[in-house]
Amino acid sequence: MSEKPEHFIIDGKRLDGRRVDELRSVKIKLSPLDRADGSCYIEWGRNKIMAAVYGPRELHPRHRQNMTKAVVQYRYNMAAFSVSDRIRPGHSRRSIEISKVGRDAFEYVVFTKFFPKTAIDVFIEVLQADAGTRTAGINAASLALADAGIPMRGLVSACAVGKVDGEIVLDLMKEEDNFGEADVPVAMAAGGKITHLQMDGHLTRDEFYEALKLAKIGCDKVYKLQRQALIEKYSGDYAENGEDAITQSEGDADE
Amino acid sequence: MERNIAIPGDVVSDNIKMSGSGTYVHGDTVRASVYGLLNVGERYISVIPLAGKYIPCASDRVIGIITEVVYSNWIVDINSPYEGLLHISQYPRRIDSENMSKYLKVGDCILTMVASVDAGMKVELTLREKELRVLSNGRIVTINPTKMPRVIGRNGSMIRLLKSEIGCNMFVGQNGRIWINGSDDCIDLAIQTVKYIEDNAHTPGLTERVQAFLKAKEKTRYGKVHESRNDEE
Repeated sequence: MSEKPEHFIIDGKRLDGRRVDELRSVKIKLSPLDRADGSCYIEWGRNKIMAAVYGPRELHPRHRQNMTKAVVQYRYNMAAFSVSDRIRPGHSRRSIEISKVGRDAFEYVVFTKFFPKTAIDVFIEVLQADAGTRTAGINAASLALADAGIPMRGLVSACAVGKVDGEIVLDLMKEEDNFGEADVPVAMAAGGKITHLQMDGHLTRDEFYEALKLAKIGCDKVYKLQRQALIEKYSGDYAENGEDAITQSEGDADE
Repeated sequence: MERNIAIPGDVVSDNIKMSGSGTYVHGDTVRASVYGLLNVGERYISVIPLAGKYIPCASDRVIGIITEVVYSNWIVDINSPYEGLLHISQYPRRIDSENMSKYLKVGDCILTMVASVDAGMKVELTLREKELRVLSNGRIVTINPTKMPRVIGRNGSMIRLLKSEIGCNMFVGQNGRIWINGSDDCIDLAIQTVKYIEDNAHTPGLTERVQAFLKAKEKTRYGKVHESRNDEE
């Protein structure tokens, strides 16, 4: 693991050259998996995460079925090779916690009452980790749920805020997460309702409110990216299959 | 006609009386609840989803496959999170509960109707209705149930086109299963066309494009078939 740097912020720039209120670069790909009902691959800085949604489908074992609504099952898992030290595969204390808070982040938004007795399974596989995987995972899960056609109140957008060198910064990277003073992952549903909030480290009350304000700005930015990804998926199709397809099939006919 | 894409949470109207399927009311606004195409009608605004599972509804015609024979019931897979139950009394004629498998065995396909769905999502099926029957020949293809309306088309225009152009018998179940019967060539073409419709379901002017698609196919692969048909005329 790298050494603690002396300063995190030099001349208003962070270690990777970002400003304090800037997100890492985000790349989103919708529906990379054919067998899942909905899926999303997200690259968030150096994080690489795959999310898959299955369902609503029959829930087994039967006794876990809820007669009035669907059960959301959320599984966060880190690949053994996702970090520089190999981690033991399978569930750990940490992954169980993240699965739980991830499920809770969607409890409010998914209209589970439409699908009694079923399960909606969300799988988050972290392929490469670099701090902020739970928030990036929630963002990917939210898109995968939309892609699966599951009715929701709105998308959930998440990002972390933290404190390094006594300053509140958006979207912590690895070094800032490891050696910083605080880490606050936040998820918000459309309309700014907080569905996930954790805090690791120490913040004063004022700092906390400042952090929350910054998180709101960050989540709004994430929401725009998510929205853009969903719209692009089909606008691309319009261009591909629009006028061209007709001329092409006519061309075939002439041969 | 180009439709706008709606994303869950989007405000689609300020008039809560306009709330149609795929939307919900939040305060005094109507918002989209699914990711899909916005459909603004005169009385309702709805969002047509681009993906999703078939949720059974009373009086839906569906195509089912028998998965289990239990005491006085057949359990039927209806391509849904919920399984269908066909009671022995819903078979067109009176049969003895001891030899149920003689009439319908595991793996048999039926064209059936959802008789009722209760609050616990118990789905009861029936075969006691006109045109419902056991399917003994033909082939079944499965598409996404949300794309099914495009295979039927407005007032059945698309399905009429497919039947007349390809010359095969078809039945489109509400659950996304499509039964096709005819000569092998016809079935192959019909399956290709149905897949084409599924892939392009969200695009405008689909009927014309399917016509062009069929025309192209006819000239390349089915030249022979067409010639012999002309001779008969």
